[in-house]
Amino acid sequence: MKVTIDGHEIEVEPGTTILQAARMIGGEVVPPAMCYHSKLKGSGGKCRCCLSEVSKGSEADPRPMPKLMASCVTGCMDGMEVKTKSSPRVQEAQKAVTEFLLINHPLDCPVCDQAGECDLQNLSFEHGKSESRFIEEKRTFEPEDIGPNIQLHMNRCILCYRCVMVADQITDDRVHGVMDRGDHSNISTCISHAIDNEFSGNMIDVCPVGALTDKTFRFKSRVWFNKPYDAHRDCPTCSGKTTVWMFGDEIQRVTGRKDEFHEVDEFICNSCRFDHKNVSDWIIEGPRVFEKDSVINQNNYTQKLEKVVINTEETILLGRVQDRIKLSMAEIDYNEKIDGNPLNSEKNG
Amino acid sequence: MSIQEISLSGRKKVVSNKEMTFVERMYLIAIFKGLGITIKHFFRKKATIHYPEQVREFSPVYRGQHMLKRDEQGRENCTACGLCALSCPAEAITMVAAERKADEKHLYREEKYASIYEINMLRCIFCGLCEEACPKDAIYLTISKELVPASYNREDFIFGKDKLVMPLEMAVKNTQLKNAN
Repeated sequence: MKVTIDGHEIEVEPGTTILQAARMIGGEVVPPAMCYHSKLKGSGGKCRCCLSEVSKGSEADPRPMPKLMASCVTGCMDGMEVKTKSSPRVQEAQKAVTEFLLINHPLDCPVCDQAGECDLQNLSFEHGKSESRFIEEKRTFEPEDIGPNIQLHMNRCILCYRCVMVADQITDDRVHGVMDRGDHSNISTCISHAIDNEFSGNMIDVCPVGALTDKTFRFKSRVWFNKPYDAHRDCPTCSGKTTVWMFGDEIQRVTGRKDEFHEVDEFICNSCRFDHKNVSDWIIEGPRVFEKDSVINQNNYTQKLEKVVINTEETILLGRVQDRIKLSMAEIDYNEKIDGNPLNSEKNG
Repeated sequence: MSIQEISLSGRKKVVSNKEMTFVERMYLIAIFKGLGITIKHFFRKKATIHYPEQVREFSPVYRGQHMLKRDEQGRENCTACGLCALSCPAEAITMVAAERKADEKHLYREEKYASIYEINMLRCIFCGLCEEACPKDAIYLTISKELVPASYNREDFIFGKDKLVMPLEMAVKNTQLKNAN
């Protein structure tokens, strides 16, 4: 099947969604996604960030789709033409979605531990307005304790359901979910139950905002002051492949390895994440590389340096020909002064 | 063109070696000319001032020592977000964050606060970027004319929260002033 996204043509398997096809192309055409997570079945279709315009339905039915489609749940058809970045309608829709997502999101990025690696922060940086039009009071929830390792900030939640899917698909039994309806819907455990499953920590990694954060890392440091390294250990329960976030010689946080779309490649267990904070527990592979514009790269020199090329005449830096002749000291006549007359001539005294 | 004639700056003058006349050789005119320049300066505006009796006017954009502000209720504004430290080109600022306890709500405005906040005054270049980066209006470079005092130890120049946080009386006074207006 052939799909064209923003003029880029790509051959995909049947059953691929538009978002997946766009990610295969990569670069600017990839629509942002808050709720879709490629490793979680059934995710997507909730945040509406990835709306894209289908300007040609398929080869068989070339009519454009009347409404913007959520690209993470819309399958590709043969000969489909999609516009993401190039469509002003999509841009406007993404702006509107961002504004809606931020309606109830508190402005506590300076306090939030997710700041710097937050998908919503990136989204609003790219598509959002600098000020809010929302004058009503934001919805707030009583803080709830959901266990010794995971901190829940319900105020920050955008209800993407990723953590619910992690609990369903990665762990054996789910003890938390989305309670109530509409404006009151909130993530909660069923009557103050602590979440203690061995793989529950992955909820932190999949949370696109700071609603679920690591309690062992709470307020310890900002993300960009840590140096991330790829590390692994021999773990009996999980793959043991992680990113450790170090400050000096101290491991402050352990997370799964996230790819360029901030999705965890391999889920890790709680004992790797919360209990192994000694440098001796880990085999450090090397620095973790982040995308160019990430704040994590502050004071970080892992980026490849590109050589500066000055486009000018090839010989201009070499100087004049007469200046390039190398003089031997023996050739210099020290009897001759700068005015060209010999030292002992009448004129020079 | 020979090298003697080239003047890259355009200000090169060829010094003439001509013989002086009798009047010129007396140097009297030259002496009075020079004296005239000297005497002219007696009536000019003086460049120096009598410090410390007189103090020069400060620039309107003068940036003095830092202060961590308190809000109207006397709570510290700083939440230890680290943006000042990130923006600091001299890497003078360090901080450690802590979580606010339930009984400290009158002390700190947000649930996170800086338990340690230090500025190394030897490193600080008073550029004011920390003030611009601060999202909480917490750090300010004051117009205080008091300079960082001299000392023998390097440790004395690392200013902690005891020296940086706005005194509580000042916060109270500010609130009173604001209410009066």
